[in-house]
Amino acid sequence: MATPSNEVVGLTGARAAEEIRAGELSASELFDVYRRRAEADDLGAFLSVAERGPGSTDSDAPLAGVPLAIKDIFCVEGVPSTAASRILEGYRPPYTATVVERLVAAGAPMLGKTNMDEFAMGSSNENSPYGAVRNPWDRERVPGGSSGGSAAAVAAGLAPWSIGTDTGGSVRQPAALCGLVGLKPTYGSVSRYGMIAFASSFDQAGPITRDVTDAALLYRHMVGRDPCDSTSLDHPEAIALPGRERLDGVRFGVPPQLASESEGIEPGVLEVLERAIERIEDLGGSVEEVSLPHAEHGLAAYYVLAPAEASANLARYDGVRYGQRDGDGDLASLYERTRESGFGDEVKRRIMLGTYALSSGYYDAYYGRAQRVRTKIAEDFAAAFERVDLIVTPTSPSVAFRLGERTGDPLSMYMSDYCTVPMSLAGIPAISIPAGLSGGLPVGLQLAGPAFSENRLLEAARAIELAIGFEGVPVIADGRHAGEGPGA
Amino acid sequence: MPEPAAERRYEPVIGLEIHVQLSTRTKMFCGCALSFGEEPNSRTCPVCLGHPGVLPVLNAEAVHYGLMIGLALDCRIAPRSLFHRKSYFYPDQAKNYQISQYDVPLARDGRLGDVRVHRAHLEEDAAKLVHAGASGRIHSASGSAVDFNRGGTPLVEVVTEPDLRSAAEAAEWLRLLRATLKRLGVSDVNMEEGSLRCDANVSIRPVGQATLGVKAELKNMNSFRFLQRGIEAEVARQEEVVRAGGEVTPDTLHFDPRTGALTSLRSKEEAHDYRYFPEPDLVPLAPTEPMLERARAALPELPAERAERLERELELSADTARLLAYRGELGDFFEAALAANGGAAGDGAAAADAQTLASWVTVELVPRLGDREPADSPVTPAALARLAGMVSSRAVSQSAAKQVLDAMAEHGGDPEQLVAERGLALADADELGEIVDRAVASNRDAVEQVRGGNGKAIGAIVGAVMRETKGRADGGEVQRMIRERIGS
Repeated sequence: MATPSNEVVGLTGARAAEEIRAGELSASELFDVYRRRAEADDLGAFLSVAERGPGSTDSDAPLAGVPLAIKDIFCVEGVPSTAASRILEGYRPPYTATVVERLVAAGAPMLGKTNMDEFAMGSSNENSPYGAVRNPWDRERVPGGSSGGSAAAVAAGLAPWSIGTDTGGSVRQPAALCGLVGLKPTYGSVSRYGMIAFASSFDQAGPITRDVTDAALLYRHMVGRDPCDSTSLDHPEAIALPGRERLDGVRFGVPPQLASESEGIEPGVLEVLERAIERIEDLGGSVEEVSLPHAEHGLAAYYVLAPAEASANLARYDGVRYGQRDGDGDLASLYERTRESGFGDEVKRRIMLGTYALSSGYYDAYYGRAQRVRTKIAEDFAAAFERVDLIVTPTSPSVAFRLGERTGDPLSMYMSDYCTVPMSLAGIPAISIPAGLSGGLPVGLQLAGPAFSENRLLEAARAIELAIGFEGVPVIADGRHAGEGPGA
Repeated sequence: MPEPAAERRYEPVIGLEIHVQLSTRTKMFCGCALSFGEEPNSRTCPVCLGHPGVLPVLNAEAVHYGLMIGLALDCRIAPRSLFHRKSYFYPDQAKNYQISQYDVPLARDGRLGDVRVHRAHLEEDAAKLVHAGASGRIHSASGSAVDFNRGGTPLVEVVTEPDLRSAAEAAEWLRLLRATLKRLGVSDVNMEEGSLRCDANVSIRPVGQATLGVKAELKNMNSFRFLQRGIEAEVARQEEVVRAGGEVTPDTLHFDPRTGALTSLRSKEEAHDYRYFPEPDLVPLAPTEPMLERARAALPELPAERAERLERELELSADTARLLAYRGELGDFFEAALAANGGAAGDGAAAADAQTLASWVTVELVPRLGDREPADSPVTPAALARLAGMVSSRAVSQSAAKQVLDAMAEHGGDPEQLVAERGLALADADELGEIVDRAVASNRDAVEQVRGGNGKAIGAIVGAVMRETKGRADGGEVQRMIRERIGS
């Protein structure tokens, strides 16, 4: 019980859980440490912090009481859950998301709700009416998005671990930009019930953690079929905690379409990728080039399909049943004024895009065509996985960019998802792990595998993580800085 | 030269779209019980209220009922049908889209009676709006309230081909459909309460022309009579337009049964673009062989088949067979009486033939039922069979038997006992012979007239006999005996 708070904050979730189980750490003290840190948050990472911890924690529970930061997109009964939108201001759901229920039941009490891009639409967390989130590695830079609050909170030691959602990269990209691990699971392996929908055929909840073991541990308690989600499935394998240190016999493929300067990948990012590939080879893995010929069209297809689904998903926010309401007393003005004042610009932009793409006369040219691209990309991956076990790419074409740098140019913002969107289109799992620094900022390495290959993915990620030895937490209570390592 | 429009003969071309509320226990996509006039919004949950983050889960029993309907309508069942979102903003849809089926419905290409069935698909019902203010319409209401109890009730929509050629045919076919659905036990099929709702697509064309005219859609006619009158009014309106040299324009119309007026519900400017796209929250509906087997096994003998069987096997007239088959309870009563009738014959008592028994049910019993179903009447099938048998064996006259049935319809009872109590047993041949002799002797004028070729004059002699026997004699038998005696 004597562990000083800054040391507690240096622990991964799994380590903290072990110490609690060993009686070396009190779950309620741990909760209080994090609660105080989250309340003192000056990054804009939290939208709300739990007022008190759980009354009692079962230290035998698998997650032993280690608190969890939850993206505001998850509904929690009685707790404001707004997906960072004004239109849901004051909304307290009458039910709790399945994923949250499962994690809480496994012993991870909710620490607070984290900031995000409104309705998960964004790659920088600047599309939040509650303010942008700052990247703890450089407070003038973005943490990535849309799960920017969840990533910044973990990176800054305001939370031991967190969950976010990934539609086109919203877990992986902020994890990469904040030097963390982010897992986007196989579509359908985690229930979407209670996750405020952005694009239903893409949305998946995933953990954002300090290391791969933590990601595996949280994911283990998130997976599984949920009778409330018809698109959910049981994972064919039990999720194991990764223990592998070598990669002998594992075949890795690097697609030039997602890993070359001509596609807009920053040189500094490619350098880190090169070094990571060398490490993979050092560990006994083989690396070859594989082609994903349609991957470069992924972004275009994604920005038709996701807004199309969003345009219907967000139609329910009309001021009739819950949330904010505005208007002159007639139906048309109720709709128009509520939605005009309730939605931010990016949300409106995507609703318009999606509505247009689904309109009669345009459906085939946009939605229909984008679906065909989606199928082609899934086929590309299937063909690639005939030859290799896992695909390696950068997670983000660039390191964390400056606040405001891309807000005026939606297309350059959308480019942030260039490397992550193809996996989302194919519904396959992908993980981002920190692979090094470029200009003092973290660079993420993305590994992707076939559907339900999470165990393989986590094993490889763990081996690479150990070999790289990335020291993740940029700023802890004592003011220690990024890249310095714990002993520095 | 074509004949002038004013002199041409036109034929109506009619197709029906019928919404059938399924009598499942719970709603289409959530666990809420169906509502029968409960407190408004008491049968709701986050799912049917369209809360953020909720997902639909398809009701297996609704699928079963849908399959039964599809099979009963002789449709092809799609091996894999899809759900789509149909988007429109209106407060009767919590999500501002309806989950329906679009290009791949559950069932298609069927037939019922002489009408081809285009398709039958599953969808969810809308909520009920209550508008304050005089007009009862939302646009001029001082306020509106939504009752979501009905929202999400399972529906099957049946769409026919334009195979009907008159308002009467349309009403008659709808009766067959209603009888069929009732027999299946899948719906309350109550038009006034809205569990069976019918729209009609009406156009006219010159007799002999193969192509279809421009159609108008008549919405929501809530009785057979209104359906028939509405179509008649619309056909007359279209003929008037065309004969005056005008053209019918596509329209959606409301028929007011009080005034007989047709009013337009939307203009072309308001034409909806529903922006259909596949519902990403549901997986395709692929009925398994056991599901199909269960639906097939659940099919009872359907009214059309029953009418055909009654006509073929029992040589009933087409009208009688249809009446018995379309009113299934009547058919059940008749068949039970027929079975009891056979038993009575086995005891040595005379049995009425099937046609006679059918006529006792349809001509005599029906008017004595009032609003009751046959099963709720004190007359049992066996008792009616015995009464009919007594008539056939000349134990009681037709007119006396009707008096007995009057009594049975009021208080039930045993026909033999009632005949005995009331002294209605048919006069035996000797007694009747004497009475006839006396009547012939005392009506010489009439006898002469009959002999002179005025057949009608026999009525006076028959009348005298009937007066004396107080209706216990059989009119036909009495006539035969009179003619025998006067030699005509």
